[in-house]
Amino acid sequence: MIRYWEKIYAKSENIKAYALLFPALLMVILAMASPMLLTFVTSFHTQVSMMEIDTTLTLGRYKDFFSKPVYTTLLGRSIKISFFVTLVTLITTYPLAYYIAFYVKKNKMLWIVLMTLPFWTSYLLRVFSWKVILGHKGVVNSALMALGMIEEPLGFLIYSQTAVVLTLAHAWAAFAILPLYVSLDKIDKSLLEASYDLGNSKFQTFWRVTFPLSLPGVIGAILIIFIPTVGDYVTPQLVGGTDGRMLSNMIQALFGRANNFPLGAASAVIMLFSVSLVALIVTYVTRKVSMRMS
Amino acid sequence: MYNKNNILFLYAILYFAFLYIPVMLLPVFSFNDAIHMVFPLKGFTLKWYDQMINASRLHQALFNSIKVGVTASIFSTLIALLAAKAFTKYKVRLRQLSYGAILLPFVIPEIIIAVSLIVLWTGMGLQLGLIPVTISHVLFCTPFCMLVLISRMEGFDRNLEEAAMDLGENAWGTFWRVTFPLVLPAIVASLLLSFVISFDEFILAFFLTSNDQTLPLYMWGQLRFPKKLPHVLALGAVIIVATSIIVMLSYWLRNLGKPTDKKSNIGGI
Repeated sequence: MIRYWEKIYAKSENIKAYALLFPALLMVILAMASPMLLTFVTSFHTQVSMMEIDTTLTLGRYKDFFSKPVYTTLLGRSIKISFFVTLVTLITTYPLAYYIAFYVKKNKMLWIVLMTLPFWTSYLLRVFSWKVILGHKGVVNSALMALGMIEEPLGFLIYSQTAVVLTLAHAWAAFAILPLYVSLDKIDKSLLEASYDLGNSKFQTFWRVTFPLSLPGVIGAILIIFIPTVGDYVTPQLVGGTDGRMLSNMIQALFGRANNFPLGAASAVIMLFSVSLVALIVTYVTRKVSMRMS
Repeated sequence: MYNKNNILFLYAILYFAFLYIPVMLLPVFSFNDAIHMVFPLKGFTLKWYDQMINASRLHQALFNSIKVGVTASIFSTLIALLAAKAFTKYKVRLRQLSYGAILLPFVIPEIIIAVSLIVLWTGMGLQLGLIPVTISHVLFCTPFCMLVLISRMEGFDRNLEEAAMDLGENAWGTFWRVTFPLVLPAIVASLLLSFVISFDEFILAFFLTSNDQTLPLYMWGQLRFPKKLPHVLALGAVIIVATSIIVMLSYWLRNLGKPTDKKSNIGGI
């Protein structure tokens, strides 16, 4: 009998919980899931003329995508750029998160606030300031010329994939610092002492204890940086030039001037699918490598 | 744990410079008496701020941004508040799945959300404009709001609610007189942060609006004209200072009244 009432109670708890979750889930379904599903369906249609779309289902747009080298090149480049952004961001922010977690004693919170504050200021303006820094008549070039260190502006600074990676690594730093810091800060300090007592050096302790234990943060950072950056539009547009154009710029054109919704939809589907796949592989490999290490 | 590490400290300072110099450049040049952003600086001027105040299309864009930002922050905070309550109070079945679904808009590339909403919106025969922009902003802000609220709601003592019940308050009274005041700082923080996110958001607005511009779109439009650039810098400087103050305020609010040992717990963003 008691069991029975427990079951009813547990059920009513679920009903209450889902009543509270209803608006959030409804929003995700109406404003994200169904539009994405509709986009998926559209990717099997054909644009006949400016206003007309033939809704017979066909794989033609996917064939279009993979038969024209420009699309596959852009896709490959987008993934490559995102990969390097993720890598550069992780490598540059890890020592910082490590420093805050293990060496900073007072005002840790202040450090974290200061390191994440730039992230909240306008994304557009941050990207734009990199354009100004790296540009032909930009801050770096004009400063170097004023100092007499160079005579001609350095042309390779802007409009390149390197510029895109640098700008994105700056823009997404907060998304790496936070998860890395949280996972490093959680590490039980007595484990590190145990490692030293067992005769491990500082370096060995880092590789065998600290780093493997911080992997949840590393994987978190990979997922939050790798997937969204692949769809970035502003950075390649402002500092990428033709060499740094990404698939998102193409998708924008297909939904804008080129007015080919089905092909744009197919590109979006392919982009999301391939980036999720790569992210999963990277996560899986990271986890495997760490298991072997520890 | 460890005592000192000068190399890491130096690295932290350098990284700090890398993070801040690009952000600080715009305010510096906004006072510079020259059209191009080139060193050496020419001289101090306030004329770009004067130009900014008198740009009439900017006023309309600012008004639009505030309208979208306020609406988006109220809706996303409300939706997130209910969801956060569900996750912190009840044992939800399929918890991970629902949790993940609500956080998903935060991970999916914005451009995908944007084009999907275009397909839906135009498919329904509706005009693009500030309404789809606002909807997409609510979708995008809710995960942030939920993380902020959950970290606060997990932090406070459940016994306080039970004590209120024992003292004869009903559920509604307990909520208004105990839970709500305790969660209020996080609610305000959530409103502020989601407003900032919406106010600065570019990609969704760029795709989903037609003629009505938000402030980032106005700036984007002006970047093409070198002569218009300085007043965009002035505007940028104002935005940077204003958002920094709002974000600092929200961080302070989130730690208000928390037990000191939990002060470093910033959960999520």
